[in-house]
Amino acid sequence: MSDKIRKIEGITKESTQAMIDEALSVYPEKARKKRAPHLAPNDAASGCASVKSNKKTVPGVMSARGCAYAGAKGVVWGPIRDMVHVSHGPVGCGWYSWGTRRNMMSGITGVTNFAMQFTSDFQEKDIVYGGDKKLKTLLEEAHELFPLAKGISVLSECPVGLIGDDINSVAKTSAKDLDIPIIPCNCEGFRGVSQSLGHHISNDTIRDYIIGTREFAEPESPYDIALIGEYNIGGDAWSTKPLLEECGLNVKSVWTGDGELEKIAATHKVKLNVIHCYRSMNYMCKVMEEKFGIPWIELNFFGPTKIRQSLRALAELFDDNIKQKVEAVIAKYDPIMQAVIEEYKPRLDGKKVMLLVGGLRPRHTIGAYEDLGMDCVGSGYEFAHTDDYDRTAPEMPDATVVYDDPSEYEFEKFADALKPDLVGSGIKEKYVFQKMGIPFRQMHSWDYSGPYHGYKGFEVFARDVDMAINSPTWNLVKAPY
Amino acid sequence: MSNLLGLEVKKIVETTPEEVERVKEWINSEEYKEKNFARQALVINPVHACQPLGAQLAAHGFEGTLPFVHGSQGCASYYRSTLNRHFREPAPAVSDSMTEDGAVFGGQNNLHEGLENANAIYKPKMIAVFTSCMPEVIGDDLTAFIKNAKQKSCVPKDMPVPFANTPSFNGTHIHGYDSMLVSILQTLTEGKQIEGRCTGKLNLIPGCDFNTGDYREYKRILKEFGIPYTMLADISDTFDSPCDGSYHIYAGGTKLEDAADSINGKATIAIGPYATPKTFGWVKDNYSGKHVSMPMPMGIAKTDDFIMKVAELFGKEVPASLKNERGRAVDAVTDSHQYMHGKKFAVYGDPDYLMGYVSFLLEMGARPHHILCSRGSKKVEKELQALLDGSMYGQGCKIYMNKDLWHLRSLLMTDPVDAVIGDSHGKFATRDAKIPLFRFGFPVFDRVNKHRYPLIGYQGVVNMVTEICNKFIDIKDETCEDRDFELMR
Repeated sequence: MSDKIRKIEGITKESTQAMIDEALSVYPEKARKKRAPHLAPNDAASGCASVKSNKKTVPGVMSARGCAYAGAKGVVWGPIRDMVHVSHGPVGCGWYSWGTRRNMMSGITGVTNFAMQFTSDFQEKDIVYGGDKKLKTLLEEAHELFPLAKGISVLSECPVGLIGDDINSVAKTSAKDLDIPIIPCNCEGFRGVSQSLGHHISNDTIRDYIIGTREFAEPESPYDIALIGEYNIGGDAWSTKPLLEECGLNVKSVWTGDGELEKIAATHKVKLNVIHCYRSMNYMCKVMEEKFGIPWIELNFFGPTKIRQSLRALAELFDDNIKQKVEAVIAKYDPIMQAVIEEYKPRLDGKKVMLLVGGLRPRHTIGAYEDLGMDCVGSGYEFAHTDDYDRTAPEMPDATVVYDDPSEYEFEKFADALKPDLVGSGIKEKYVFQKMGIPFRQMHSWDYSGPYHGYKGFEVFARDVDMAINSPTWNLVKAPY
Repeated sequence: MSNLLGLEVKKIVETTPEEVERVKEWINSEEYKEKNFARQALVINPVHACQPLGAQLAAHGFEGTLPFVHGSQGCASYYRSTLNRHFREPAPAVSDSMTEDGAVFGGQNNLHEGLENANAIYKPKMIAVFTSCMPEVIGDDLTAFIKNAKQKSCVPKDMPVPFANTPSFNGTHIHGYDSMLVSILQTLTEGKQIEGRCTGKLNLIPGCDFNTGDYREYKRILKEFGIPYTMLADISDTFDSPCDGSYHIYAGGTKLEDAADSINGKATIAIGPYATPKTFGWVKDNYSGKHVSMPMPMGIAKTDDFIMKVAELFGKEVPASLKNERGRAVDAVTDSHQYMHGKKFAVYGDPDYLMGYVSFLLEMGARPHHILCSRGSKKVEKELQALLDGSMYGQGCKIYMNKDLWHLRSLLMTDPVDAVIGDSHGKFATRDAKIPLFRFGFPVFDRVNKHRYPLIGYQGVVNMVTEICNKFIDIKDETCEDRDFELMR
């Protein structure tokens, strides 16, 4: 998507490789060999991944990764607002992931949305005798107490798979008895190497249990689309959905931010799938393409440059009616965005940012920083695959460091060397860098702010980045004595 | 048929506004409460987390110690982020990232590789190993694994590597704290008992307490007494470290040599009988000197008990400064009793916190109307009942054992109270009930600096009274009629 290869003064492939070698020098031989292929200077010209990815985490290095359950509960299933999501197993997993992703929901909690923590709270006896009976009972209880819930997902935690419970059979029987969809999701945390497998397993369960079971009540139109891989973090979907509607499109369902089960189930009837987080939802886009002939397009809603490009690419797939509306939208927002840039760019120009996030942000947000005059000097993912790194290469300046599943030590060493003005990563990293006096924004949760998507989001993003970097509090870090 | 299950394809049906309205009313009803309390299997909005979280807290309380999760890596990320969010501080910990093959072959290889890497990269003085679900279900033998690790030189032979089995399907975070702490003490004190030696110090075990202000308050009180002490599992600097432009992975913690020598202490006080039973039991059997297990000193009376016990153990008078401090705290509560007297509260949390809240409220003439314990024994219930029975303000108050916050919501809706004391997770129920939530427990994800304000000691009383009374006064100012709005309150 980027036009030309950019370079950062002082960063060469050699300097980046030397920095990587230095960081790995403390590692034992075996760990160094395992980690080395996951760290490399970007090769912007090739447009291809320069690192290995989606491999097992090296034990003991302090990875930021989560697990398959986290990918299923936190990312794909959890945001669907009108379902009860049961964390099946011991109490912890559900408790830790309760309300901590900021996938906002509309509706009334406990009535029409279920942003709560449902668990089977496994005890020793459930491990010994199995939890299937308990599961059956709790599904009945959930249905009785939450009659407006449109369905129930059962998200397995580690012990469930290890003790050989058959949640699939319980779900099947109970779905019939209770006459609601009950989706068993075998997303035990030990499966796979990261959250990523949890996304995939969840996509598969949507394919197996959900898609094609409902139809929209309204007549079809040529402008029916679905917004896929939009999780409404900090209200993102409440920025992107109206934007697409302003462009004349009917957003029939959102996967899965502020999502509704039945609309997701009817998505096989749309004309186009617009995907934002490719990593977590590409699977179902491909299924819908193969099975229902629905094309899909990957877009980027961060920053005016990328939004403009994205909307025009989208318009190309529709008629003149949409093309005109898209141009009108761009014409309307361009001056507003320009004003935002004029306000913040003078204070941010030439500042350097390092990123380590999840599914799409390590590449998708680069343009938004660039709109503000900033340079990305390092980027990486917790759980990406080769196709993500392929997509990242052209977005990053040449020779800047790419890191896959970096350890906290590596990340810290790179920051030491690159001296970024801002680090964008997660809560586990935030206070490490802030102690070092480096401004930081949580880029998973928008640091309790948001939205960051769409035009509305860019205003908030620009304000937050400026606030982080230029806060006078950073001047207080060093004592005058 | 366009779905894999061959189900009939239905049209989307929107729930009618009338039906939504009906259910919205219904979930606040007495009828709903009965159904809600009849639940046998489903737990909704529990107050408790799992054992390894507490284990990690205990590990962070020792100098140069790297918490090490033996199990799936996602677990470690969850514990770390929970501690990050509560303290707004780093919480460095590693995991050995067990995956499917661990289920087949066991986790020894992961553990060994993990220990070797963690030691090389993060250079700890001690690695504290605890388990999440997977190795507990498959039955990994940590004793053998760690012995083998030392033989293979994955870590230096003389490095302490305490370990604890902390299955998440048993107990809560407080039990994990206890298991990890006792293991650390056993490891560090091994062979350190010296006949006739007495450090002259008080060993203070603060219990599974997530308030760094409490730790600093204990230390300040002991300083006022002039009593030398070793605080065991001291997280105060770990989770309240300075921002000075440099990051120190091990920012605080009890010195390992002090912990080792604690076995020769003059006396040991373990705070929180429900969070430290194993540790206290072991200390009692093995440590020199006197041993006392005490509740958290929350409220005037429980603080008095603590102060008197310390004075007694060390044969000292209570210093004038503390007497004055008590007087000032009592001044604060008598000055403001009118804002709390007769007010009804719902309280929930870990057993040791609950004893503190209830004791404090009764002292103020307030009523702990609903007392909810997410996980607790008959003994907890009996002790709470005894507190209620000892005060006229406890009459009519009820204890709900092994209940969750969805139960609490039903209680708030059918038998309303004026306020709730608990952790951030209560905010959904208190918003529905339109009453304030005082965030004295763990975790606090939505307010800043709460962990820096002690709840224990006389200063804790002042902090709690100030927060509670001023909130009630704020509510009056914000909600009263114009003609009732006045300067003085």
